[in-house]
This record gives sequence, C-alpha cells and structure tokens, in this order.
Amino acid sequence: MADTSLAVQFKNVDKWFDDFHVLKNIDLKVLTGEKIVICGPSGSGKSTLVRCINSLEQHNSGNIMVQGKEVNKNLSKGTEVSSEVGMVFQQFNLFPHLTVKENLILGPMKARGLTRKEADDRAMKLLERVKIPEQVNKYPSQLSGGQQQRVAIARSLCMEPKIMLFDEPTSALDPEMIAEVLDVIIDLAQEGITMVVVTHEMGFAKKAADRMIFMDEGRIVETGTPDDFFNNPQTERCKLFLKQILQH
Amino acid sequence: MKTKTFIAITLLLVASGCSSPPGTWGWYVIDPSTQNGWNNIKFLLSGFSATIRLSVLAAFLSILIGLVVALPGMSLNRWVRLPSRVYIEFVRAIPLLPMLFWVFYGLPVILKSLGLNIPIDPFWGAAITLAISDSAFTAEIYRGGIQSIEKGQTEAAKTVGLNYMQTMRYVILPQALRRILPPLANQFIYIVKMSAFASVIGMQELTRRANEVVVSEYRPLEIYSLLILEYLVLVLIISSAVRWLERKMGADQRS
Ligand SMILES: Nc1ncnc2c1ncn2[C@@H]1O[C@H](COP(=O)(O)OP(=O)(O)O)[C@@H](O)[C@H]1O
Ligand SMILES: [Mg+2]
Repeated sequence: MADTSLAVQFKNVDKWFDDFHVLKNIDLKVLTGEKIVICGPSGSGKSTLVRCINSLEQHNSGNIMVQGKEVNKNLSKGTEVSSEVGMVFQQFNLFPHLTVKENLILGPMKARGLTRKEADDRAMKLLERVKIPEQVNKYPSQLSGGQQQRVAIARSLCMEPKIMLFDEPTSALDPEMIAEVLDVIIDLAQEGITMVVVTHEMGFAKKAADRMIFMDEGRIVETGTPDDFFNNPQTERCKLFLKQILQH
Repeated sequence: MKTKTFIAITLLLVASGCSSPPGTWGWYVIDPSTQNGWNNIKFLLSGFSATIRLSVLAAFLSILIGLVVALPGMSLNRWVRLPSRVYIEFVRAIPLLPMLFWVFYGLPVILKSLGLNIPIDPFWGAAITLAISDSAFTAEIYRGGIQSIEKGQTEAAKTVGLNYMQTMRYVILPQALRRILPPLANQFIYIVKMSAFASVIGMQELTRRANEVVVSEYRPLEIYSLLILEYLVLVLIISSAVRWLERKMGADQRS
C-alpha cells in the first residue's frame, strides 16, 4: 500500500531514550519533492526526528515509511541506513584522513560499485556545483568551515539520494560563511529532490520551504506554509519562539 | 637520554667490578682476549637472534588475535561483546609462567586426544603463550583507539552507504591507526621482557644461554649482569623507535 507521492511518512511514532520520552506521537507526511523546514527550541527532538528517517536512531513504536519502504524499528544500531537518504550534519563529519575528492568518491565506489573514472567525474561535477572545484586535492583541515560544509553536501549528493536531510547545517559556521552554504542549499532546493532541513535561519526558510514544522518537547506543535507560519502563528509557544529567533 | 642511562649503568657495573673486594667480580669469564671468555661471549650473544625471532612472531600473532578479540568487543549487542570481555579478563588474570607450562606440556595432550599429532616445540609454545598473554592488552589498545574516533565518522560513513566492514576499513581504522601504533609498539617491550620465560621450557634464547654458562662457570654475577645489559640494549632500541613513531604520527595529524 505504498503511496508513491509520499517520500516520508511518520505514523504515531514514539521514541524514548531510556525513560526520556523524546518523540511523542509524531505524525508527519513529506511529499516527494517537498522542502520541509523544522524549527523549535534546543532539545525539542528535531535531530532525533530527522535521524529516525535514515535509521541513525530507531523509534520504539509507530511506523515510519521512507520511499515506500517501512523502516524497521527492531534493527540494531549497527544496521545499514537507507542509501536513498543523504545527510548533512552540523559538524560536517568529513573524513579527515581523506582528500576532498576521496571523501566524495568513497561511497560511490565502495557502496555503489562505480569505477574510479565514473566516481571522479561525478565528484568533479558536484564540486563545481558547490563552487569549490579548485579544492579537490586538499584535506578537510585545510578548508574553511563553509568550504567543509559544501564538501559535505557534495559528498551526500554523490550518492544521488532521493531525500536530503540537513541537521542545522550552518549552526557550526562563522556568520560570514553561512550565506555561501545556504546559497548552495537553496540552489539544490530548485530541483526535484525532497528536503528536510532543521534550521533556525528564517530567511532561508522563507525562501526555500514549502512547509514549516515547529517542534516543542518532542511534539509537532504547529505546521503550515511559511506565510501562515511567520505571519499568523497559532500557538503561544510558537509566537514566543519566533519572537526570540527573529530578534537577532 | 637513553644512551646516557645506558652508559651510566655500564660504568656503575665496571666501577663496582673494580672497587669491590678481590674475588667479588671475575670478569675473566667473558674476557674476549681469552679463548674461553670469547667463546662464552659468542655463546651468550647468539641468544639475541632467538629472543628477537620469538618476540617478533609473538607480537605479530598478538596483533592479529587482538584485532579478532577487539572488534566483537565493541559490538552494541552485549552477547557478541561477552566472549571478548571474558577472554580479556581471563587472559589478564593468568600469570605467564603457568600459561606457558599449560601450553607447552598440557596443550599437546589435548591435541593428541583430538587425533591431532601436532608437536609443540619450545619456540612455538613460547610464541603462542606470549601472543595470547599480550593479546589481551593489544585488544584493549585497539578498543581505546577505535572508540576515540568520534561517532560522527561512523554516522557519516553509514549515510554514504558503507557497511560495517567498509566503515572500519576505510574510515575508522586508518584514523585509529595513528593512535594505536605507538602504544602497540610499546607493548613490544613487554613481549621482549616476557620472552625470558621461554628459557624454562628449554628455548635457547638470551636467558637460557646465560643460565647454561652460569652452570658451567659458577659466575652468576658477571653473566647475569651482562644478560641485563643485553635486554637493556634491546629495550632501549625499541623505545627509541617508539619515540620516533610517536613523533611521526603526531606530525602526520590531519584532523
Ligand atoms: N543518544 C541520546 N541519549 C540520551 N538522550 C539523548 C540522546 N540524544 C538526544 N538526547 C536527548 O533528547 C532530547 C532531544 O535531542 P535532539 O533531538 O538532539 O534535540 P534538538 O535537535 O531539537 O536540539 C535532548 O534532551 C537530548 O538531551
Ligand atoms: Mg539538534
């Protein structure tokens, strides 16, 4: 009964960290090609929700469907994450012992079985797309934070994912580097790829999001178009949050 | 620094040899200018080769066993982890000498009862025992090195489609290696020192040869002094190599 227009679907999902109830009865549908922005106070469960999509965390009850396939909640943590889902982390998590190019081609060659030539070509195309082809032979530590995050984005795209997850991709960056990374993500949003982005960058959300989701204490408290969300928030918590965020 | 220690100890021995009452020291047993002394020296020094071969083989086996023990020891499933923990605790609890006796005298009996006629000579008996004894430490060194790599690396590897073995091979181990190698090389010193126990099962290495000369010459003080110097030289060479390795690994740090 897989609905092909849905990229991700959460049905009554609950998750605990020991006795801490981190996700509470989450219901969420993400359409194929939709760009979703998730925001909310720190500790509200945003990262956990996103990490349940690609099995970096396992939920305890309810169902999660990704690209029409059910994510098994009984898997042990060591099992494979869905290779249709790419992820960009707050801390970049580039492989420090590998050059930029090696970072990009590792997955395509080892997991997808591409030849070195095919992987190299793909890597170069993506590095041009994130506007740093000249850094191809450097090591991550030789790049600025903004460049590292763009490499991380290119590394994910190299696997040709159907869904991209971003967990606060600009939170670890110096202010002057935020724009260069957001530009790349906005550029990506012009395409058909499904995106789920956790961020507090409201300017980005207004430009790129089809739908906003506000989380608080493990629940999805509010959801709506960016227009509605910013101009007409329904709940007190959301109003307060927006006030705090938009102050600076 | 090392060289100075070495010279100081040598001088101390020589000084003691010159200043003690007559009859305390009798360096003639290893006086290279006499035929007998020269023969003794050659006999004693020829133990180096066996000590080194034994230590290198034991270290090699320990490095392999340690990895096989360490990897399941880091599983998230505690039933997979359990045998590894038990092995480490068990091996660490057994003194080397009883373990050596068990492997050399006991293991062949078991092998025979299984219909396997594999003789265990002193060299292999000692190598296996040293390797097992050391592998508990090697395994812990691996675990420490691997667990010191941030969780984000494993997560990133998973999101680009790598499975567990690929993640280990291409992402975790290359990074862990530079944290593992120096302590691993340090463990080699432990093996070299413990290899002296091989003398009790008749392996002709440094200590055994010293014992044999002591028995024929009745000059324990001189012979054992020389024996200690022999180990000192070996260990100092290894620890200089470790220092060099540590510097190289530190300079190589790219993260
Ligand atoms: N592995 C974990 N074990 C225990 N508690 C965790 C773990 N990961 C996150 N938490 C807790 O769960 C809550 C939600 O975390 P998270 O999803 O990271 O929130 P957010 O991304 O919205 O800041 C936090 O209170 C955090 O401390
Ligand atoms: Mg978070």
